[in-house]
Amino acid sequence: MPVFRTHPSAFLHTTSSLTPANHWDHILARFGYRREWHRVDPGLYHLGNPTPDSVVLVTSNYSLSFDALRSSIPGVDAYILVLDTFGINVWCAAGKGTFGTKELIHRIQDVHLDTLVRHRVVILPQLGAPGVAAHEVKKATGFRVEYGPIRAADLPEYLKTHEATPAMRTVRFPLADRAILIPVEVVGTFIPMLGAAVAGFLLGGLWLALAAVISMLAGTVLFPLVLPWLPFREFSAKGFILGILVILPFAAIKLTSISVISLQVALSLAGLFLVFPAITAFISLNFTGSTPFTSKTGVRLEMNRFIPLMAWLFGIGCVLTIIARIMSLTGAA
Amino acid sequence: MEATIYVGVNTLVYDPDVCINCGMCSVVCPHGVFARGENTAILVHKDACMECGACALNCPAHAIWVDSGVGCATAMIYAALRGEKEATCGGSSCGGGSACCR
Repeated sequence: MPVFRTHPSAFLHTTSSLTPANHWDHILARFGYRREWHRVDPGLYHLGNPTPDSVVLVTSNYSLSFDALRSSIPGVDAYILVLDTFGINVWCAAGKGTFGTKELIHRIQDVHLDTLVRHRVVILPQLGAPGVAAHEVKKATGFRVEYGPIRAADLPEYLKTHEATPAMRTVRFPLADRAILIPVEVVGTFIPMLGAAVAGFLLGGLWLALAAVISMLAGTVLFPLVLPWLPFREFSAKGFILGILVILPFAAIKLTSISVISLQVALSLAGLFLVFPAITAFISLNFTGSTPFTSKTGVRLEMNRFIPLMAWLFGIGCVLTIIARIMSLTGAA
Repeated sequence: MEATIYVGVNTLVYDPDVCINCGMCSVVCPHGVFARGENTAILVHKDACMECGACALNCPAHAIWVDSGVGCATAMIYAALRGEKEATCGGSSCGGGSACCR
């Protein structure tokens, strides 16, 4: 009978309850504030009072990942093995390889996991699989990698049987998951949006400044919300449609404020429809990386197909808008 | 199906002749691309593949190959601007403020 180290004081302790400070940290992370700061120390944590028969759960050292894991299993005594992913979540880190075979083997050996538990199983989130070759971990450490559910919320159910249902194994992107990304999207485009508003104001007054802001917010706020209901498959095409829809009221305002459609008005309207849907489409294309669906090959193909189109529309639209502005300044209508 | 964005473009290659039917691919795939079969895994939904590479990496028999990477336009644009070959998440080619790293 081997001797198990049940309570080595060198190891870290944690609980299943989240503090106000944890919640505040999550909010800051959701706004993209100091993104690399949302970390916990890598290593082995005791959740409750684990015994040599307790499960070993593996996660990344992004605080949102770690907190999602520990808060999902109140009352469970477990070991939590935190890999050093430099504050990046499990899935992204697995894609990059930092949540990876090498790091997992290193951590298992570093904490002498074989002296802590009687069994030889480590449970990983399924989305860690792009970085971890289970059979190589087994070969190097003797520990079998068991891929648990995608979401920590399904862990209590999973731990009863160690069988994941197809629903637990399939990644989804429901409204709540899309909506929670909006703050980061808005923060990330805030300075370009200010720039676009100023440029719009100089070229067409409040009307054009508002059109610029609305078309960018359409990409960052509306697009994630209405993504599944927009026609076409490509994000760029979906973005173009959305961009045209949100710019329609601005065209209507222009048309109702005049009696005759002059060349100047026609040019500024053409500029409106060329510039802004292209901007919305470009922001929408950039949402690909935030979704759990898009493949590298597919996105590359979409970029090659749509970015030149966006650039042309945007460029021509800018020229028309500037000509319209010059015409209105010189009084040539 | 919601998960299918691009049709007929992904690089996933599967050789059932080499498959040892361990079932790992159908466990790790987040889009149900593979299903367990009688004697081998079955490629049931190829177009849903997002090229994450989990199946290929976890296939002990090397029956699966995919040119894996991130389907992220932001990362690819940054990588192109910085002259890097491969776009990665959370790395120098990451947009920084991108929402993917949640």
